[in-house]
Amino acid sequence: MIVQEIAQALNLKIVAGQAALNRNVTGGYSADLLSCVMARAKAGNVWVTLQAHPNVLAVALLLEMAAVIVTEGAPVPNDVIAKANAENIAILTTPRTTFWVVSALAKLGVPAQE
Amino acid sequence: MTTPEITHVQKLDFRVGQVMTRQLITVKAATTLLELKELMRKRRISGVPVVNGTGDLIGIISLEDLLRAFEQGAVSGAVNDWMSRSVITVRDSDPVETAAQKFAQTGVGRIPVLNAEGRLVGMLTKGDITRGLLAEVQADTQDEEIARYRASHIFRDVQSDHTTLILRYNVQRHDFTQGGQASSKIKRALTRLGADPQIVRRAAIAAYEAEMNLIIHTDHGGQITAQVDASQLSLIFEDDGPGIADLKRATEEMGYTTTPPEIKQMGFGGGMGLKNIRKCADQMKIDSEVGRGTRLEITILLHAPEASAARNT
Repeated sequence: MIVQEIAQALNLKIVAGQAALNRNVTGGYSADLLSCVMARAKAGNVWVTLQAHPNVLAVALLLEMAAVIVTEGAPVPNDVIAKANAENIAILTTPRTTFWVVSALAKLGVPAQE
Repeated sequence: MTTPEITHVQKLDFRVGQVMTRQLITVKAATTLLELKELMRKRRISGVPVVNGTGDLIGIISLEDLLRAFEQGAVSGAVNDWMSRSVITVRDSDPVETAAQKFAQTGVGRIPVLNAEGRLVGMLTKGDITRGLLAEVQADTQDEEIARYRASHIFRDVQSDHTTLILRYNVQRHDFTQGGQASSKIKRALTRLGADPQIVRRAAIAAYEAEMNLIIHTDHGGQITAQVDASQLSLIFEDDGPGIADLKRATEEMGYTTTPPEIKQMGFGGGMGLKNIRKCADQMKIDSEVGRGTRLEITILLHAPEASAARNT
């Protein structure tokens, strides 16, 4: 499954990384604590979080994640958007909760990777 | 928002002069339509700039103009009566985007290119832009491949009893916007040097956690030194304070943290950093003294695929 299909199915707003929507999604991960993400998330995962500051992007890029989904309508700062576009990673937003997004991803068949 | 393609062209800083066709085929106003037809057929072109005796651009005539003339029975006419006199032009120093926008806005198939003095120096088609762009992208990829090949052979190419590459990065206290920059540069360097992706990942995680510790906890930031040789990577993180009061809890107790609440709100301070680092490292050594500072050194072996595979499952 690619990022674009998830964005469409969950009606997510694409705020950055238009060119990265064809990235393949290998699984999902959700946490707001960056060290947890660093320790457990995998390359190609889509990361569901309500954090949207520059370090979220740094973590996502270091781990080569497929996309970041920012929940609960958390505003994404302009410098984060600019950097995501430059580094070619998608940031998708939704007013829904993290739990809603994760259950929708599960229904789509995005696997949890332990 | 600009489209990603345009962003890429901007990044390449592509000018019209780099992609245009320089071999000019021109006609004069007095050239007959039959001569023009032969020229277009032989050279397989569908539009020709018209110049005066001194080579200045005075118009352009296309295959459509020629067809229109023939339809109206003007077989014996000359270019002068059928050419367009208001010609859309670009400068050779214009960015390629400017030309691309002119193509999109006007629908013309070719645009004469003028230099700063207004002299005709070339012709530009959409095909020229595409070809130039493709060549540039290919050159980019090739450069990256060459760079990667050279870097990955550095330890074989450079003759010494022991070659070590030393990379230094300065990290500022509370500079959250730059957080992770040094780690991502270390990651890129290791990739270029040809390290195994799993090992690069471990190094990136350890480097990031330690870099963020310098940003979050130090009095004045600190310095990262990455030393790479043919067999291992060592990462040294040094700062001059405040020092870790309870080193045992900080390195062993999951969840133990001294991160202030306002920084915790950004998702830091889970009390996991040093523990994550330990998991990623083959060796970890930390010395800290309150009032003096902290020195963390981690070692990651570059050729231990079995060990890294076990660790990452």
